[in-house]
Amino acid sequence: MSESMDLLEIRNLSLSFGSVRALSDVSLHVKAGEITAIVGDNGAGKSTIVRCVAGVHRPDEGDIVFDGQVVNFVRPDQARVAGIETVHQNLALVEDLTVWQNLFLNREISHGVGPVRFLQKKEMRKRARDMVAKLAVNVPSVTSTVRRLSGGQRQAVAICRAAGFSSKLVIMDEPTAALGVQETRRVEELIERLRSEGHAVLLISHNFDQVMRLSDQVWVMRAGKCVAGRRARDTTAQEIVGLITGAIAA
Amino acid sequence: MTATESVGERVRVTLTRPTFWVEWASVVGLVLLVVLFTALDSTFLSAGNIRGMLLASAILTILVVGQAFVILTAGIDLSVASVMTFAAVMFGLAMTHGYGILLSCLVAFCAGAAVGLLNGVLVAKGRITDFIVTLGALSAASGTALILSDGKPITVISAPLFELSAGSVGVVPYTFMIALLIAVLAHVVLFKTKFGTHVLATGGSVEAAQATGIRTTRIKIAVYAISGSLAGIAAILLVARVGSAEPAANMTFLLNSVAAVVLGGVSLFGGKGSIKGPIFGALLLTALSNGLTLLGVSQFYQPLAVGVVVVGAAFLTRFDK
Ligand SMILES: Nc1ncnc2c1ncn2[C@@H]1O[C@H](COP(=O)(O)OP(=O)(O)O)[C@@H](O)[C@H]1O
Ligand SMILES: [Mg+2]
Repeated sequence: MSESMDLLEIRNLSLSFGSVRALSDVSLHVKAGEITAIVGDNGAGKSTIVRCVAGVHRPDEGDIVFDGQVVNFVRPDQARVAGIETVHQNLALVEDLTVWQNLFLNREISHGVGPVRFLQKKEMRKRARDMVAKLAVNVPSVTSTVRRLSGGQRQAVAICRAAGFSSKLVIMDEPTAALGVQETRRVEELIERLRSEGHAVLLISHNFDQVMRLSDQVWVMRAGKCVAGRRARDTTAQEIVGLITGAIAA
Repeated sequence: MTATESVGERVRVTLTRPTFWVEWASVVGLVLLVVLFTALDSTFLSAGNIRGMLLASAILTILVVGQAFVILTAGIDLSVASVMTFAAVMFGLAMTHGYGILLSCLVAFCAGAAVGLLNGVLVAKGRITDFIVTLGALSAASGTALILSDGKPITVISAPLFELSAGSVGVVPYTFMIALLIAVLAHVVLFKTKFGTHVLATGGSVEAAQATGIRTTRIKIAVYAISGSLAGIAAILLVARVGSAEPAANMTFLLNSVAAVVLGGVSLFGGKGSIKGPIFGALLLTALSNGLTLLGVSQFYQPLAVGVVVVGAAFLTRFDK
């Protein structure tokens, strides 16, 4: 498989928040089995792209094509059902719930009739342990509350949730921004493991070094526009920096 | 290391864990009060007095369960007591119009549920602050109760109702059993069902809950509807106890419902707490006012005592964030 097909294609996406034009005419694509990075300054619109694909925001214009179909997600669970899992910049974990409760949030294994759903806690705890073990995540126990975890452990839980449930695309919005050196390395290992397990990864990052090391494809955003796309092996960190600041014309 | 040492160590660790006091404040407080009042007056723990306390705590317990659900989503329901008054008047009117006991109970329940639902829709969809919505509902429900009853108590005479308020098994009154049943159901709903987890998630972090696709507006509407429905059930017990449906405001019930939930270790920021904690909080407040009455302390001192206890408990548990 030399040139894999596009798993996600974003076509001419635009979105405004009142007078702020957060995205204007953004087009980019993500190939299956690859790590694709989006880089850009603060406020460039990276998180907004992520939230459109994840079903949090609805774009004003443009199409999102996922797995060969135009999708119109109105709610995040629809994106999840389609196979898109997102690790948001703010993690989207509930601090006072346990690790396993967070892993299964709105995906609870339950039995019952109609709207009365009784939780199968034992089963969820067991599967949560498996999920954590599979990614070799260093979480103390799936029964501890997220509040007690370090930044890196929280990130690991969030990634673990995204990687589970046989998702096709895992989106990560600045997963290592708040982490120390050790924790960053562990998360990077996790990201590479996701790719080797067949997930496509869309990585938002500020760390050029990281982007150049991990990714196959890099998209550059500036002021709400996607100004350039490069294969990682055909570009350099200097060129990317130039594209971000606008010193190099796309 | 001997066994006793390890037990002692474990006790020490447990007692110094800040969350221990948050979770158990109401139980410890209740035990302390019982010891204190029993020392001061030996009739405090007599069968008759225990029965009296359980009887007195039934209505508050039911309101507290509803309040706990709302506060767990980081909201507040200031209208519980007024909704109960409104539902009581509706119940009284239904009875005097010859609807019969069962249908009248249904009327009370639906009246409470309807106001609760309205509260929920206004808070969740109308995006008006819970505080303002339920404050408005407090006033509107009391006002409607006054209008419908023309400001006068509606006498309700009903044999089954009398039986409900007077009957008991041993020291446990029927009304308290109903309250306990509701509490157990609430506990199961909160901790054993998907809905319960979503309530906790919504209270813990609306953003996080929404990101997983939880429909937080529905959850919010549901908790206010639960609170209103329980106020409707409490109204039936209130009418049974008083023998009439009175349009008078029951502000003490409102204050005590919030106080019990806070005493019970439920975070006002939402997402964290239990049902049993607030129930013990309700028992504590009931024991407090019962004990003070028993000791011949003037009624006027009771709100003061409640205030001191609540702020004291908040002080004890302030380390918990
Ligand atoms: N919910 C929102 N409401 C209003 N403005 C927003 C919202 N989300 C993002 N923005 C604005 O959109 C622009 C892009 O933001 P964002 O996508 O978060 O940037 P990035 O993630 O690249 O730093 C910024 O100007 C930001 O202020
Ligand atoms: Mg961002």
